[in-house]
Amino acid sequence: MKTPGDGALDRLRQVTQWPDLSGRRYELQSEVARGGMGVVYRARDRELERDVALKVIAVAAVDPDTAARLRREARILARLEHPGIVPVHDVGELPDGRVFYAMKLVSGKRLDELVREGLPLRERLRLLLRICEPVAFAHARGVIHRDLKPENVMVGPFGEVLVMDWGVAKHRGEPLVTGDAASPNAAGSAPHATAHGTVVGTPAYMAPEQARGDVERVDARADVYALGAILYFMLTGRAPGRLQASPDAPTRTWAGPRHASVAPGIAAPRELDQDLPRALEAICLKALAPEPEGRYAGAAELAADVGRFLEGERVSAYPEGLLGRARRVASRHRTPILVLLAYVVMRVVLLLVARV
Amino acid sequence: MAFPETHRSVVLAVRSPDQQERARALEAVVAAYWRPVYRHVRARWRVPDEEAEDLAQGFFATALEKGWLARYEPARGRFRTYLLACLEAFVANQRRDGRRLKRGGGVTLVPLESQDADGETRELQLADGSDLEAEFQREWSRSLFALAVQALRQRCLGTSREVAFALFERYDLEDHDVSERPRYADLAAEFSLPVTQVTNHLHWARLELRRTVLEKLRGITASEREFRAEARALFGAEPS
Repeated sequence: MKTPGDGALDRLRQVTQWPDLSGRRYELQSEVARGGMGVVYRARDRELERDVALKVIAVAAVDPDTAARLRREARILARLEHPGIVPVHDVGELPDGRVFYAMKLVSGKRLDELVREGLPLRERLRLLLRICEPVAFAHARGVIHRDLKPENVMVGPFGEVLVMDWGVAKHRGEPLVTGDAASPNAAGSAPHATAHGTVVGTPAYMAPEQARGDVERVDARADVYALGAILYFMLTGRAPGRLQASPDAPTRTWAGPRHASVAPGIAAPRELDQDLPRALEAICLKALAPEPEGRYAGAAELAADVGRFLEGERVSAYPEGLLGRARRVASRHRTPILVLLAYVVMRVVLLLVARV
Repeated sequence: MAFPETHRSVVLAVRSPDQQERARALEAVVAAYWRPVYRHVRARWRVPDEEAEDLAQGFFATALEKGWLARYEPARGRFRTYLLACLEAFVANQRRDGRRLKRGGGVTLVPLESQDADGETRELQLADGSDLEAEFQREWSRSLFALAVQALRQRCLGTSREVAFALFERYDLEDHDVSERPRYADLAAEFSLPVTQVTNHLHWARLELRRTVLEKLRGITASEREFRAEARALFGAEPS
């Protein structure tokens, strides 16, 4: 009797749960990821002769609400045609009643893996800008992602960025479906879930109003908070809010710019890395403001401030003093200032020589 | 898909007054557990192949002789955990007494040569602590799937489902990288079938394998609760 090796055993475990694709144009090749709501498979589209990703409701989750959520996710994705958002090709129902949708098969690395490998600061910030683009695009069309985190961002081999997993996204004015309180457990379609199908929510990336279930207050600024948390992760290598402070703890005033504050349990980035520029810390903490009113109005505004920082311009989140401004200007125009200084020194020397 | 409900637990049948039923039950337990026991002995005590085989054989022979399996009480935990505890005690005693069992303790329970035909080609991972228990569980899963595949093969042989098993073997059982895995169209050409039939046959074989694994699992668990817990551990989620 031949016993299966480790790879064969894992495959057998998977294939015994694979859905019935009778009458469909897809053939399953392997399981890519598993979450609480669905399983993502790599599949071959026989008609178009290309590989696609199929997201299918997990066996244990065949219920009308889950089916409705998956269909809604497909519809939201179909509305959002943007290079940074995975395009949906097809949606349908399998013979066993499970809803599925087919989308582009994405290759690359998850943002959290990429950041942990080590990237220069400016590259990390340029990545953030590319994450903000599809999110801002979605905001402009009234869609809030509500589950942004490094694990839901894929970076392709040519640096292309894709924002994934819109399973708990919400369209403006759309009525909520059951189980849609945007709690950590509601984020059930995360493709990064464990091999055993356990989905772990990520409260660290969730805006306080969203974590409280204050659905009425959740708008584009909840995504801004998540983007701020992603920036925090990119700057410090850890998610914010890991200090587990009591929820009743008073909001701590940050020793940086006036009016800024830090939610309980969040250490300011420069407390973790003193080399980080103050303006960048200010941008991060503005995005992470505990109240929506204290944050950027949307992803585009956050991206604009990060862009200004990258260009050496003044950022809206950081009210710099004269000295700070001089430093920034000097840093931004280092070469012409050095040339000018060299010229001035040379003229002074020549003058002195002429007098002697 | 519902769990199979009717298969009698061999774990409970080992205490049957009927000698034949008892023997069949013991055979089923040994078939499922011989390999996990053997590999656990190798990894845990770092003993050579032959000694591990002797200890595994000796363990089952002694368990049979002393009625350890019949003394298992489902209310006190999983059968797998109980068996592992018995094994730990048995091997510890053997090593403490410096005894080395006569091969098989005089009883041949399984054909050793064929049992290890595949396993010997793989590197044995020597693990410590809790990894050992996880490894024991993994080996147990491996045995269960191997038994189920074997049963599925037997069931299909000589029937109209033979082609379904052949397709399953080519597509799911053979070790391929994703890029090397044959397309359904390749299989359809190879087996002179329409592609839709390939899809249907593969789906049937996968469902049958799942049903067979659950059937085997029900046989080697002692209670509904244990069965469901083991099914969850095996498949990652409890089927509806």
